[in-house]
Amino acid sequence: MNRYPLWKYLLILAVLLAGLIYTLPNFYGESPAVQVSPLRASLKADAALLERVEKILKAASLAPEVAALDGNSVKARFADTDNQLKAKDVLVGQLGDDYMVALNLLSRSPPWLTNLHALPMYLGLDLRGGVHFLLQVDMKAALDKALEAATGDIRSALREQKIAYSGVSREGNMLLVKFRDAEARGKGEAEIKQRFNDYALNAKEAGGEFMLQATLKPEAERRIQDSAVQQNLLTLRNRVNELGVAEPVIQQQGADRVVVQLPGVQDTARAKDILGRTATLEVRMVDDEHQITPGAAAPFGTDMFKDRDGNLLLVKKQVILTGERINDAQPGFDSRNNEPAVHINLDGVGARKFKEASRENIGKRMAIILFEKGRGEIVTAPVIREEIGGGRVQISGQMNTMEAQDTALLLRAGALAAPMEIIEERTVGPSLGADNIKRGFDSTKIGFIMIAVFMIAYYLMFGTISVLALGANLLLLIALLSMLQATLTLPGMAGIALTLGMAIDANVLINERIREELRNGVTPQAAIHAGYDRAFGTILDSNITTLIAGIALFMFGSGPIKGFAVVLCLGILTSMFSAIMISRAMVNLVYGRKARLTKIAIG
Amino acid sequence: MEFFRIKKDIPFMSYGRYTTTISLVTFLFAVFFLATKGLNLGIDFIGGTVVEVHYAQPADLVKVREQLAAVGMPDALVQNFGSSHDVLIQVPLKQGLAGAKLSEHVLEGLRKHDTGVEMRRVEFVGPQVGRDLIENGALALLLVSLGIIGYLWLRFEWKFGLAAILANMHDVVIILGFFSFFQWEFSLSVLAAVLAVLGYSVNESVVVFDRIRENFRNMRKTEVTEIIDNAITRTMSRTIITHGSTEMMVLAMLILGGETLHYFAMALAIGILFSIYSSVLVASPLLMLFGVSREDFIKPEKTEAEEVLP
Repeated sequence: MNRYPLWKYLLILAVLLAGLIYTLPNFYGESPAVQVSPLRASLKADAALLERVEKILKAASLAPEVAALDGNSVKARFADTDNQLKAKDVLVGQLGDDYMVALNLLSRSPPWLTNLHALPMYLGLDLRGGVHFLLQVDMKAALDKALEAATGDIRSALREQKIAYSGVSREGNMLLVKFRDAEARGKGEAEIKQRFNDYALNAKEAGGEFMLQATLKPEAERRIQDSAVQQNLLTLRNRVNELGVAEPVIQQQGADRVVVQLPGVQDTARAKDILGRTATLEVRMVDDEHQITPGAAAPFGTDMFKDRDGNLLLVKKQVILTGERINDAQPGFDSRNNEPAVHINLDGVGARKFKEASRENIGKRMAIILFEKGRGEIVTAPVIREEIGGGRVQISGQMNTMEAQDTALLLRAGALAAPMEIIEERTVGPSLGADNIKRGFDSTKIGFIMIAVFMIAYYLMFGTISVLALGANLLLLIALLSMLQATLTLPGMAGIALTLGMAIDANVLINERIREELRNGVTPQAAIHAGYDRAFGTILDSNITTLIAGIALFMFGSGPIKGFAVVLCLGILTSMFSAIMISRAMVNLVYGRKARLTKIAIG
Repeated sequence: MEFFRIKKDIPFMSYGRYTTTISLVTFLFAVFFLATKGLNLGIDFIGGTVVEVHYAQPADLVKVREQLAAVGMPDALVQNFGSSHDVLIQVPLKQGLAGAKLSEHVLEGLRKHDTGVEMRRVEFVGPQVGRDLIENGALALLLVSLGIIGYLWLRFEWKFGLAAILANMHDVVIILGFFSFFQWEFSLSVLAAVLAVLGYSVNESVVVFDRIRENFRNMRKTEVTEIIDNAITRTMSRTIITHGSTEMMVLAMLILGGETLHYFAMALAIGILFSIYSSVLVASPLLMLFGVSREDFIKPEKTEAEEVLP
C-alpha cells in the first residue's frame, strides 16, 4: 500500500531537476556590466551595434568576458568594476547621444542556463540598492489646462463663424458663453456642439442674457486625466534614459500616480532634479539670410542649433510659439499621399499666432526646437507650403513611421501634461542592500539548521525525510521565484524563512499521526498509510487559511509587503507538494518495499 | 524521543473559567494600553522622513542633533540604529518644505561637518500615501477575517468560524497591546506580520477543530467536554512542536535579521506564542459557549414515518 507508481517518482524527479536548474543561476553571482540601448525608436540594437560595441572596446583594449545582444540592448560583462567604468566612459564618448550607456549587473551563469531563461532571482530595491519614487499627478491642473484651452478655442471658433457673443468665461469646472440674443445662441450651440464634442451643453437665461453652460462630459474628463498620466509617463521615460539607469521601472499606479524605480541610483538629488525638470519647446523661423560658418559664433539675431542628424541650422531669435500652446501631437499619415506624418493640435492662441506666422512665411522653413538641460535641439524643420489656420498642423515628408513616432513623442514629451509631486521616496544605499541580503540569508540558514537538528533527533528516519522534503521545498521555492522573476525584497526573504518554519508543520502532523496509529497497535505499513491519509485534510485546511492571508496582503500591500505576500503564497504551494508528495515518495522508497515491516524509525 | 507521552486526557475544558479569565484580563490590558497610549505609528502611516546614515567612527548623537537644529530641524528625532556607527534620523512632515527635499537637507546639514557621512537609507512618505496605507491595511485585515470565517464556515460550521476568528483577533489585539505598551514602532511590515500571524494561527484552531469533528464521529457516546479535551490533548504534541519550529525560525530572524526586520520578527514571535495559547484555550471554550453539538456534524438519521397498512 505504500508504493508509488513509477510515473509519480519520475514526476517528482523531473520537478526536482527543473527546480535545481532554475535555482542554479543564483549561485553564480553577478558581475559588473555595461548596457548599451538605443534612445530613439528608429534605432534598434542589432548585430551591427554589437559589432560596433565590440570594436570600440577592443580599440580601448578592454576585453569583456561576454558581450551579447539581449532584448533591445547590448550588454557587455566585465571582471571588475574598474574595467566596467572604463568601458562606460569609452562607449559614452564614441557612441554619442543616440545611445544610452548604463551600468548594470549581469549574471555570471553559463550561457546554457541563460538560454533556458534560467535567471537569478530579481532583487528588490531594498536588497540591491536604489531609489523608489511615487509621484502624484496633479489632475486638477490637467483639467484646468484643458478648460483654459477650450475657453480660447471657443472664442476663436465663434469669431471665425462670425457669431455674435458677449463673453466666454470660466466658472469652476464650467465654461459660460454669453450671447446677445437667442438666435445667436442657437447658432453658437450648433457650432460648439459640432466642434467641442467633449462638452455637454445647457442653455440658460438670466438677467436678460442668453447663456450656454458647457461642462466636460465625465468620459472626456477621464480621457483627459488618462492622457495626462500617459504623457507624463512618456516624459519620465525620456528623462530617466538620460540618467543612464539599466533597468528602470516607470509604471502607472492607480488613476493618478506613477511609480519610478531606479535600481542602483545613488545620487537621488540629481534623479529628483531630472524627474522634476520642465523641458520647453519653441517654434522659430529658420534664418536663410546668413551662411553657417562652423566653429564661429552665430550671426546677430540668430541662434545656431543642431538637428537630430547632427547638421547645424541657424534660426531666428524671435519665438513664434512655445510648447505650452501644443495641446497634442500624434503620429499618423498624410491624407494626400499616405506618407508618415505628425499631427499637431494647437490651442486657440497658438492657432492664431501660427496662422499669422505661416501666412507671412510661405515657402520658408520653420524650426521646432526642444530645450532640455539648457541645450536646444531641432526636432524638425519643415517648409511651410501654405497658410495654416484652425490650429491643426501637419508635419510630413522625409520621415518614416518610426521617426514620426519619435517626433510626436518629443513634441508631446517636451513638457509634462500636469505637474507632479513626489509623495513617497524610498532610497536604499548599496551597503545596506548587501547587508540586508547577508542578514536575510544568515537567519534563514541558522533557522533551517536548528529545525533540521531538532527534527532528526525527534523523529529519526522520518525526521530526516522531513528535513529533506523541507530542503526540496526551499529549492522549489527559490526556483519558482527565479522562474517568475518575482521581486525578492527583504520581507520576502523573511517570508522564505517563515514559510520554511510553517512548512514543517505538515510533516509534524503526518509524523505525529503515524506515531499515534502505531500506539493504537496498527502495523507500521498501515500506520504510514493512515498517517499520510488522515493528515492530508488537516494540512489542506490549515494551508488555505494562510493562503487567504497571503492573497489579501498581495491585493492590498505595496512594495516590499507585496514581495512578502508573493513568497508566502508560493511557499504554501511548494510546501504542500514537498511535504506530501516528496516526503511520501521517500518514505515509500525506504519502507514501501518491505512486506514484513515490524519496526519503523520514527522515535 | 517523545516529549508528550500523555496517557490520560487533560481536562482543559474544566479549566475554562481560569483560561477565559486570563485571556480576558490580558485582552483588557491590551485594549487599555491601546486606548491610553495608542500605537507608535511609523512614518508609513503618518508620513514623514526617515534618514539612516553611517559614520566611520562612533557617532555623537548630541552633535548630530545640534547640526540638525542648525539647519532648521530642532524637532528631528535622532537615535542609534543597530550599532553606534549607525544613526537614524526621523523628521516629521513639514508644511513649508517639500517633503522629498527634506532628506537632502538633512544630508547636506550633516555633510557640512563630516564629509564621510554615508547615506544608508532614505524613506519619505507623504500624508496622502499614509492615509492610503492605513486604509489598505484595514481593508486587508477585514478581508483576511472575512475570508477565514467564510472558509471555516464552509468547511465546518459557523460556530467554528466565529470561535476561531474571535480567538485569533484576541491574538492580534494582544500583539498590538505589546506594541502599544513598549511603544515599538508600528510599521507596514509589522502589519504584514500581524496578518500573517492571523492566517497562521488559524491553522492551529483548524487542527484542533478537525480533531473535534473526527471525535464527534468516532466517539459516539462521549460528552462534548470530553471530546474537546481529548482532541486538544492528542494534538498538543504536534502544536508545540510545529510552533516551536516556526518560533525557532522567527527567533533566528529576530536575532540575526538586523534592525530592519526587528519589529517584523518581534510581532511574529509574540503572535506565534499567543496563538498556541489562544487556539487551544480560547477557541475551544468559545466553541463550547456557542453550544457545539454532535448534530452540527452528523445529521440525525431520519426515522421513517410509520406506515399504516391495511
